[in-house]
Amino acid sequence: MNNIVFGQYYPSSSIVHRLDARVKLLLAIAYIITIFFVEDYVVYAGMFLFVLAVALIARIPLKILFRTVRTIVVLILITAVINLFFTKGETLWWSWKFIKIYREGVERAIKLALRLILLMLFPSLLTLTTTPMELTDAIESLLSPLKLIKVPVHAIALIMSIALRMIPILVEETNKIMLAQKARGASFDTGGALKKAKAMIPVLVPLFVGAFRRADELALAMDARCYSSVQKRTKYKVMKLHLRDAVAAVVCLAVFSVAFLNKYLFPFDEMILSLFA
Amino acid sequence: MSVRFENVTYEYPGEEKSVVAVKNVSLEIADGSFVCVCGENGSGKSTLAKLMNGLLTPSSGIVTVDGETTSTESESALFAIRSKVGMVFQNPDNQMIASIIEDEIAFGPENLGVPREEIGERIAYALSAVGMEEHRHHTPYKLSGGQKQRIAIAAVLAMRPKILVLDESTAMLDPKGRAEVLAVAEELNAQGITVVLITHFMEEAVRADRVVVMSEGAVVMDGTPEEIFRDREKINRYHLELPVPDYLAAELRKEGFPIPEKIFGEEELAEAICRSL
Ligand SMILES: Nc1ncnc2c1ncn2[C@@H]1O[C@H](COP(=O)(O)OP(=O)(O)O)[C@@H](O)[C@H]1O
Ligand SMILES: [Mg+2]
Repeated sequence: MNNIVFGQYYPSSSIVHRLDARVKLLLAIAYIITIFFVEDYVVYAGMFLFVLAVALIARIPLKILFRTVRTIVVLILITAVINLFFTKGETLWWSWKFIKIYREGVERAIKLALRLILLMLFPSLLTLTTTPMELTDAIESLLSPLKLIKVPVHAIALIMSIALRMIPILVEETNKIMLAQKARGASFDTGGALKKAKAMIPVLVPLFVGAFRRADELALAMDARCYSSVQKRTKYKVMKLHLRDAVAAVVCLAVFSVAFLNKYLFPFDEMILSLFA
Repeated sequence: MSVRFENVTYEYPGEEKSVVAVKNVSLEIADGSFVCVCGENGSGKSTLAKLMNGLLTPSSGIVTVDGETTSTESESALFAIRSKVGMVFQNPDNQMIASIIEDEIAFGPENLGVPREEIGERIAYALSAVGMEEHRHHTPYKLSGGQKQRIAIAAVLAMRPKILVLDESTAMLDPKGRAEVLAVAEELNAQGITVVLITHFMEEAVRADRVVVMSEGAVVMDGTPEEIFRDREKINRYHLELPVPDYLAAELRKEGFPIPEKIFGEEELAEAICRSL
């Protein structure tokens, strides 16, 4: 049940866990943008080491960090294969009938795979070190300027947090209904896909009916506690930036700028590679 | 003079025929009292409760809270009433909004625009009033039903109500949870909060100052628990059951045993029987 409540959250009191969720969220976005611009092996390696260092500071076991990569292995393989076979280049390495593999294709496939893995890692660190509730608060805080143009930011955040609150309850209810149907002889894991899908109907119908009833009651309970989307409300939890947030931001942005610098101003990766040549 | 019903009727509008859920009820709930409202399913108890804090407004007649009518257009007047008359519902899972207990309790005061520092104090007060201080930073998922209902009570207490309405808040609980919630209600009543306990378990009425029995939308009995319990035939007519100890005491009295009028539960009855032998 904890898994459903906290998503991937890996509890610890490390400094990374204690960083302001807004800062972490913005840095994750900056990281993703950086990765999209990077195309050199050395910088990939550098970024990889950087992620490992953050994971180490956050006291996240590498096994857990890489578990998230496993979920996209299929995606990585498919994109790699497509790029391998469909990239045209100058140096033909191998051919068989109509299949031709060029050096450029291989390189592109490897780079894309590395890029996807790197893309996955840092945001995983975010969800491993931040609870969904903190993320919701962070999103609300970051979106709050939109209030000026009448976007109901608080309502959006409230919807997110109610969804978070209801997911485990609905999962539990689904399990209960499935058990009840099983007791009546229903079977959910035999037969083809169509049969399995059909078996879910008697589960989904009561689930939806129940969900609507819950929604009704919740709305009543919110009314009883004076909720209003228009009236001015206060906020108990305010997010405060600390020195550690500034330090983390400076360090991360420095690393990201080095990656950019390499591409646009100073290609040090070629120098490093030439040392080995 | 806190809550006052004057010839109140409430009718749920329906497509074919409307349902009259509360019929011409006149009732006054004294400050600081502990009132128990009993009645079978569909007798109009929940409708009566929702009329107390303006979740519903009478079709005819008038409901006032501290002299202010609930049939008001003004949202701030309505919020003043709802913060005075706090309401706890039956299903603890369907009245919680947040995934962290302190956020849950902050919800009401936030809606009322209470300043941050004061919300912090109110959370501490509300949690200690229900004996759940150590759970402040936890999630509600692992709590028992009784604990969840205590959190729901705390969430209402944080709005500093004068009246606490518990609409079958014990109905879904096991005996232990029910005892916990009743103990909290009694303690709050001792501190001066008016309690309206809605239930179909008559044994919960034993400790009330006053018992109101509803049937088909009307108040059919109104008096102290002793007065109400004396008339067993009438109680049964409204499909309610006398609590077992009181039932036994009544039978014994009929046989000429000197059993006192006021009996609190099995142990006191056992003692009374021993003394009478
Ligand atoms: N939202 C509604 N719409 C129509 N009829 C309702 C609604 N809620 C309750 N009723 C009807 O009003 C009557 C009283 O219901 P209620 O106040 O919920 O009773 P209780 O809480 O004692 O079980 C019942 O006959 C019920 O069917
Ligand atoms: Mg009811």
